[in-house]
Amino acid sequence: MSALAAPIDAPRRRGTELALVLFGVAITIVAYASVGLAHDQKLPTSTVSYGLGLTVLFVGAHFAVRRFAPHADPVLLPTAAALNGLGLVLIRRLDLAAADHVGKHHRAPHGAAPLQLEWTVIGVVLFVAVLVLIRDHRRLENYTYTAMAGALVLLAIPAVLPASHSEVNGARIWIKLGGFSFQPGEVAKIALIVFFAGYLVRKRELLALAGRRVVRIDLPRARDLGPLLVAWVVSLLILVRESDLGSSLLFFGIFLVILYVATQRGSWLVLGLMLFVLGAVFAAVAIPHVHDRFTAWLHPFDPQIFGRAIGGSYQLAQGLFGMATGGIVGTGLGQGRPDLVPFANTDFIMSTLGEELGLAGVMAVLTLYLLIVARGLRAAVGTRDPFGKLLGAGLAFGLALQVFVQVGGVTRLIPLTGLTLPFLSYGGSSLVSNWVVLALLLRISDAARRPATATPQPPSPDEATTMVVRR
Amino acid sequence: MNRSLRRVAVAVLVMFTALLVNANWVQVGQANSLKHNPNNKRLLYSEYSHRRGPIVVSGRAVAISHKTNDIYKYLRTYPGGPVYAPVTGYYPLAGQATGIEAAENDILSGDSDKLFVRRISDYFTGRTPEGGSVVLTLDDRVQQTAYSALAGHRGAVVALDPSTGAILAMVSTPSFDPNPLASHDLTTVARAYKALNARTDAPLLNRATSQTYPPGSTFKVVTAAAALSSGRFTPSSQIPAPNQLTLPQTTHKLQNFAGEQCNGGRQISLADALRVSCNTAFGGLGLRLGDAAIKKQAEAFGFGRSLSVPLPVAPSVFPDNIPPPQLAFSAIGQYSDAVTPLQMAMVAAGVANHGVVMQPYLVAKTLAPDLSTLSVTQPKQFSRAVSPGVAGALTQMMVSVVQSGTGTAAQIPGVTVAGKTGTAENAPGKPTHAWFICFAPAQNPRVAVAVIVENGGTGGIAAAPIARQVMQAVLGP
Repeated sequence: MSALAAPIDAPRRRGTELALVLFGVAITIVAYASVGLAHDQKLPTSTVSYGLGLTVLFVGAHFAVRRFAPHADPVLLPTAAALNGLGLVLIRRLDLAAADHVGKHHRAPHGAAPLQLEWTVIGVVLFVAVLVLIRDHRRLENYTYTAMAGALVLLAIPAVLPASHSEVNGARIWIKLGGFSFQPGEVAKIALIVFFAGYLVRKRELLALAGRRVVRIDLPRARDLGPLLVAWVVSLLILVRESDLGSSLLFFGIFLVILYVATQRGSWLVLGLMLFVLGAVFAAVAIPHVHDRFTAWLHPFDPQIFGRAIGGSYQLAQGLFGMATGGIVGTGLGQGRPDLVPFANTDFIMSTLGEELGLAGVMAVLTLYLLIVARGLRAAVGTRDPFGKLLGAGLAFGLALQVFVQVGGVTRLIPLTGLTLPFLSYGGSSLVSNWVVLALLLRISDAARRPATATPQPPSPDEATTMVVRR
Repeated sequence: MNRSLRRVAVAVLVMFTALLVNANWVQVGQANSLKHNPNNKRLLYSEYSHRRGPIVVSGRAVAISHKTNDIYKYLRTYPGGPVYAPVTGYYPLAGQATGIEAAENDILSGDSDKLFVRRISDYFTGRTPEGGSVVLTLDDRVQQTAYSALAGHRGAVVALDPSTGAILAMVSTPSFDPNPLASHDLTTVARAYKALNARTDAPLLNRATSQTYPPGSTFKVVTAAAALSSGRFTPSSQIPAPNQLTLPQTTHKLQNFAGEQCNGGRQISLADALRVSCNTAFGGLGLRLGDAAIKKQAEAFGFGRSLSVPLPVAPSVFPDNIPPPQLAFSAIGQYSDAVTPLQMAMVAAGVANHGVVMQPYLVAKTLAPDLSTLSVTQPKQFSRAVSPGVAGALTQMMVSVVQSGTGTAAQIPGVTVAGKTGTAENAPGKPTHAWFICFAPAQNPRVAVAVIVENGGTGGIAAAPIARQVMQAVLGP
């Protein structure tokens, strides 16, 4: 590397990444051993093989990054690996509780952790595949409308399938064929972000045009409202047709933020939030499923609502009880009763974490998410092409919003929705798509941190001044 | 675009801050109220999910937890049954524990600060925490003897080691079986509890510590102690013993038991008055001493103080500012005097122990789950009731009660026994409560006993034989 290039050549920090990956795996192994110790009073024999397996998997991912995205942010992969590993441990811990519950006289239920481990492998393989196949994220811009079509098809399938093939616990967001089940919404989310980014990159100048000025806000022109209204209507359709409050909120939120970043116009945010409130009020009043969620959120400890078999607050209250009982440091892994919370390993994995690892564990995990989001946004800031900025912003903010809506719902900050917690929750579709999201963020970050001399990229005209100030 | 991207980053920061603040609110701010919400069964499950320590008497568990296959993991059982139930109490699934189960809960559950280091290591190793053991001072032989001697009656027996205060027996009858009350089947619990609660003979009541009775003539020991301590009387002091004591300010008269005479209605020595339990003599003595002197003496034996042994003990009462007619009754243990059987055992033990009352206690020591000792109870002085000289005189007087007075039924061949009978009127038309307090051997006491048989008749007939059996169980053949 030449002396001249040095000042603008950020260190690659791949060694840091390897060390952090190993640290993340080490945390996972200690947690895994701790669960075994608590349950059987002895070290699980599988600790070594489990540890070696995860080490090979995540160190393998690291070498893929080293080879295919050498300049990428060194924190993203280790953080995701730690979250994924911790999720595996928590899911295994809940498996053990379920097996105890069934007792000696029945066959132990099929564990969720081995399946999640399989999905982890698939997720990491896809992560590597994305890094290998998509060498430049700007190529995705060519697939803007393909992505839209794909996303709409994926979202529409559960809505048109008969309920027996699409409904699980009241939400019609699945494709169930034989023993195989899949949540297309998770993949649709990525496709939609690609579409939003590609579409808004092209339309942003048009959408940024000012219309009338009302109370110090430049409103967009009425004829430009189309895309926003379409996004709003589609979100509401998802909600009404598929009873999927979480995805509906997520899509609309991501769209709004990409729109804002693309146009830099706060007026879009104001309009969007007004539409959101309108939609929320409509949903809370008119959709029974959403109405129940609101009631449970407002009065979770009301005996009547607590005891209601369907649409009650039992799950929410049990989750809160668990977290409160865990307190600051938690009961210790394997020593609480997170199994008292229904669906603890998917929607309520955060209450398991809060009960057994305490507030300390919750804050640590939230910090890990914040780290991924912050590094993702930083990649978006650093990359030179507008499409990459919008894509990075959409992916990173999408992750942040999903964590906010999910954890906020479980901790009763906001009404409960049915989202999964990225990397932690049990569920193949979610895990795999989040690994793809991570790969895309790494790809953008690689572009952002690559020395300008190595691969010249024409700076986009409107960013030129910003770049000079930054460097 | 970077300007708006940074604003998005700020928004994300606000969102995460909200999550963190809210998590603090749930897990710290609201934690206590959520933890104790009646719908939160976690504390209950966790109490039951680890082995509760046993309660041990004479090397045998009288309360112990066994592993089960249900969600509560451990079932509390009481091999001690009704014999020990008033002491052990019970540990119910939903509701308040009683007895030692409640008083020593920290040790038994493992929550005690003494077990703190162990809990920390449990947290990191994932070892299931266990509770410690509580070893009681009770002696199984004495306890069993007292329980069978009292069987069929309503009443209580307390036996103390006078030199230490260690409680050797604590029996209350009728008793109950604590096992169904600790069942994991809530219907069984409810049915058993309802049935016990409905009974008029109050089987759940620990009469030895929680019930107060008029002490009757056993209180004359306290009045005699006050007289001797005043320095104005000796055991041979002659006091009037009329057939009827005319009470000041009234037309009421105080009579002897069953209208008997003592010493033909003439004067009688203080010692003889105690030996034959002369009401008129002691009534008159009380009037001469005054209520303050008697109250002071009673308090020196422990009246008016709540005790924790560690079962809570109801304070015994000698009333304040008694008008003279009632004072004569109070001096012989009637009117509104109210004592626990444990308090009367302490009176006997104080006299036996040269005037020093030792603090009564039930817990000999506590052990960690690995059986290392956590604590050993050191005997300590509770109060000085009388001088050694007065104690010696009282002992002689109480010896003659058993040798040739009202308490001959308590005689043990080859052992000098000191005692005092009591026959307490309690409600109009009801048979009297039978009392006996005693200690033996008189010169080197190893046991002090108080017995009450509710509505049992006279102390010398109904209570003294029970006390004798209890003393014999301690002294051996």
